[in-house]
Amino acid sequence: MEEKLRNLAAEAEHAVKEASTLNELSNLRVKYLGKKGELTSILRGMGSLTPEERPKVGALANEIRSELEVLIAHRMHELKEAEKEQRLAREIIDVTLPGKPFLIGNKHPLTKVQEEIENIFLGMGFSIAEGPEVELDYYNFEALNLPKDHPARDMQDTFFISPEVLLRTHTSPVQVRTMEKTAPNLPVKIICPGRVYRRDDDATHSPMFTQVEGLAVDKHITFSDLKGVLALFARQMFGPGTKTRFRPSYFPFTEPSAEVDISCSSCGGRGCRVCSYTGWLEILGCGMVHPRVLEMSGYNPEEVTGFAFGMGIERIAMLKYGIDDLRLFYDNDLRFLAQF
Amino acid sequence: MKVSYKWLQDYVDVSISPQELADRLTMAGVAVENVHYLGEGISSVVTGQILQINQHPNADKLVICQVTTDGEDRIQIVTGATNVREGHKVPVAKVGAKLPNGLVIKKAKLRGEVSNGMLCSGQELGIDTSLLPPDQQNGILILPEDTPLNMNIVEFLGLDDYILELDLTPNRGDCMSMIGVAREVAAILGADLKLPEAPLEEGDEEIENLAKVDIEDSDLCRRYAARVLKGVKIGPSPAWMQQRLRAAGIRPINNIVDVTNYVMLELGQPLHAFDYDKLADHHIIVRRAENDKTITTLDGEERKLNENMLVICDARGPVAVAGVMGGLDSEVTDETVNILIESAYFNPVSVRRTSRLLGLRSESSARFEKGIDIGGCVRAADRAAYLMQQLAGGTAAKGVIDNYPNPAVEKTIKLRPERVEHLLGISIEKEKISNILTSLQFKVQKEGDNLLVTVPTFRPDVSIEVDLIEEIARMYGYNQVPDTLIYGPTTQGKRNESQQLIYDIKNVLVGCGLTEVITFGFVSPKVFDLMNLPVDSRFRSAVKLQNPLSEEQSVMRTVLVPNLLEVLQRNNNRQIQSGAVFEIGRVFYPQEGEDLPEERLVLAMVFHGYTEKSWRDPSEEMDFFFAKGVVEKLLTTIGLKDARFIPHKDPSFHPGRTAAIEVKDKIIGVLGELHPDVVENYELTHRAVACKIDLEDLMAAERPKPQYERLPKFPAVDRDLALVVKEEIKTQDMIDVIINAGGKILKKVKVFDVYQGEQVPEGHKSQAFSLLFQAPDRTLKDEEVAKQTDKIARALKKEFDAELRK
Repeated sequence: MEEKLRNLAAEAEHAVKEASTLNELSNLRVKYLGKKGELTSILRGMGSLTPEERPKVGALANEIRSELEVLIAHRMHELKEAEKEQRLAREIIDVTLPGKPFLIGNKHPLTKVQEEIENIFLGMGFSIAEGPEVELDYYNFEALNLPKDHPARDMQDTFFISPEVLLRTHTSPVQVRTMEKTAPNLPVKIICPGRVYRRDDDATHSPMFTQVEGLAVDKHITFSDLKGVLALFARQMFGPGTKTRFRPSYFPFTEPSAEVDISCSSCGGRGCRVCSYTGWLEILGCGMVHPRVLEMSGYNPEEVTGFAFGMGIERIAMLKYGIDDLRLFYDNDLRFLAQF
Repeated sequence: MKVSYKWLQDYVDVSISPQELADRLTMAGVAVENVHYLGEGISSVVTGQILQINQHPNADKLVICQVTTDGEDRIQIVTGATNVREGHKVPVAKVGAKLPNGLVIKKAKLRGEVSNGMLCSGQELGIDTSLLPPDQQNGILILPEDTPLNMNIVEFLGLDDYILELDLTPNRGDCMSMIGVAREVAAILGADLKLPEAPLEEGDEEIENLAKVDIEDSDLCRRYAARVLKGVKIGPSPAWMQQRLRAAGIRPINNIVDVTNYVMLELGQPLHAFDYDKLADHHIIVRRAENDKTITTLDGEERKLNENMLVICDARGPVAVAGVMGGLDSEVTDETVNILIESAYFNPVSVRRTSRLLGLRSESSARFEKGIDIGGCVRAADRAAYLMQQLAGGTAAKGVIDNYPNPAVEKTIKLRPERVEHLLGISIEKEKISNILTSLQFKVQKEGDNLLVTVPTFRPDVSIEVDLIEEIARMYGYNQVPDTLIYGPTTQGKRNESQQLIYDIKNVLVGCGLTEVITFGFVSPKVFDLMNLPVDSRFRSAVKLQNPLSEEQSVMRTVLVPNLLEVLQRNNNRQIQSGAVFEIGRVFYPQEGEDLPEERLVLAMVFHGYTEKSWRDPSEEMDFFFAKGVVEKLLTTIGLKDARFIPHKDPSFHPGRTAAIEVKDKIIGVLGELHPDVVENYELTHRAVACKIDLEDLMAAERPKPQYERLPKFPAVDRDLALVVKEEIKTQDMIDVIINAGGKILKKVKVFDVYQGEQVPEGHKSQAFSLLFQAPDRTLKDEEVAKQTDKIARALKKEFDAELRK
């Protein structure tokens, strides 16, 4: 009997080692170790053994059982690993194929730049004000110290609806409307983004374009503050190394007035084609709010001062993205819009 | 204004380079647009003389010139020019010479004959030929007979000069003169200003006996000064004067006219020289024109006058349009002997209006409309008379007529140094302030803590304290002012609700694959037809532009969708067949009795064609339900959970494929397939779906903020319900019935299949819903769910005669 058991063990051991599938292996387990398996059937003959032999044979049987269990488990593990290896080998994909094209669109580059400008000034405590695009001559010109026949009106060729109604030529009327609404309360700190219109259509002008205007009015706003706020804006918009330069200029609604240049973002100020070899790029106009404008809007210019600035978003976007044709913004070619 | 660097030296010693001068001026507020050297690119071109001209043996159109440049050499030059004669002095470009157009002169053979150089035209020397006398505009530039030989042509023609082109702001009319610019330069450099002199020698004849000036409309002409000069000899002005005029962009005419222009450039006072003998009664009358009278101006054009225009008349009628242009009849000609010089101050607004009405702008009107120096009229007349006398001889009448009814009083402005600090944010010493203003020729007196500043008449732009502060700031240097930040109470920077909503909407739509476009606010009135709008549609009433650039941009839009269709059409034409775009923009509705139209913010979307196909996913048609998915996503994302889509008619849309978007019984927008006519009108290659939403209505709708709901603890139960109903039954109606019958435990209803065809009776559809049941407090039992499902089925049967599909 002992020999029978040993033979069985040898046979089973061999079979387990030879088993090549998990299925085969589980059949072997049933065959040798199952309730009706061969080991059990051999052990049924235990009755014919002597009481001395019985424990010996029993111990041997248990030993064989547990050895076989280990062998089977081991083989099972081997087979599983092999199968996994095979599966993994089968499952190679071409990871260089493109991914699922998710449908995601684009904001217009002007919107992106506008939002960026807005966020910078929101961060400085400015809020956003809006006003009509079809505007009264009064708000667009007169209240900004531009009476009829003022030569500076020539600077802004205007679309008229009627003698007193026009398409705003800048976002500055929003300043006046906001001050009128707010006066005499302080402070006023707003930016006014929006579409504006000028009767001009060529390679460098679009009859509609986008401006952002800024205004701060309070008891102690100075030209020095204007410089600081815009220098900070320029650094946030164009990078921390950006320098600003203020050049005296003229706008009827501000005094002193200035135009602001930033160090050329393309060459860093050394001079290149983008900045016409000057190292500087003009980005906006600004100044201290003219006392007459404050007065017409309901503030006493002896008591409050303010600064205002205005910039073309197209210009900023062109500098930022290296766009060389203003008209692309309103052409809306989807291949252009997809680039931002 | 073009400023000659050399000429400027007459009035101020400029010790710095032209480029540096330009930079300093720019940073002081007199912007210099560019600086260029007149003789740029010219080298080795000298004056020479043609000794002999022979016909070219092999070419009819060429001649062979023997030229000398120093009296000894003989250079053979072949030329095709026809205006050269033996003995002519001409510019000679020798072998090795360079010309502004980049040409380098080389030894050449022209049809077998050696040519060792080139004779130059004005154009070849970079001269604007329109500023040359008519006979010198074409062909070789013939130099005066007394031209010395072998002179560098750059020097000889005065091209050894830099021109600073100013880009003046409208307030700085005073810098439209050499003396005005020199004044700025003197102040910047701390140098002295040298004013031109006019040591005029007068004759014995009293001017009062020779001419008379009456100003009838003194509101438009505050001052009229005149001088008379008799016995002048008309001829060309000297080369130096011609060169200076040309450098400033003015064509030399004759000595008298050139002097008027020269003094205008020098002092900023526009002058006019009349032929004294052609002025009837030698009587000048300054008055408004009579309607419908005409005058022929110097440029030969007949101009119609009206009563708003100021004219200069003699005893017969108009002889000049005041401040704009003189009349042809009283023009100075070669025969003129006696001159009346006009030096007047005309009202800026009047000159501006007149020049606009006539469509005629001149150097003169450009200066008058910005306001000239009313104090300088007589000085300019004197200076002109003096120069004319120098150049054309003659005798000046004794005295000057100066009709100046209300002499201007120099303005005095109180300047508070603390105000300077208050506005600029820096403290500048009183002494420094005073120095700056004095350097600009303001007179400064102390008055207690303040300064009393007297403004010279040549600075009409300075009239209040802040004007002075600007003067101080620009001379002090803007960039010397430190950068600070606003201090004071904290203000919150935040988008308001509607601004935030727009921001969010854009993000959602971009996330759904749409591209934002931005289009013009004005459109063609044709879009109303293209959009199929009926004649009486309220959208046809639009705000019209008085002066549009074109018919295509002549009315303010009342609808936004057409702009997007145009964008897609344009893209279609560029082989971009598919696109999903949106715009958020304003539309404009005229308002009865209001000056301004109502401006409403609207959202428009258009879907056209297919989504991108990939190796993995087929392309998908962007049809109605694609678009509806986007709209539903948009509405739910921004918090509008109870919008409903109701069948709707709109002339621009497909009658059977269009829905109104309703929130609480208010229509806030329309979604639908565009009418095939509209699709055809825009030449689109495919069906298109559009959506328009009035954002102001959308904002007005209640948008509940998200509220946390406890997560379910008990399992949910799914049940499917497949029904056969008549095809015209609307899904929304069925869903309403299902929800109503489903009770509290029905959590979700979804359509998962719609089918027509085999096994479904004609005129019917099979529609399958999946229902989700769940209770917050217990695990639902099958019987309970079955009971509820059955109730739903019965309700559907009752409402729609819906049969359960087995």
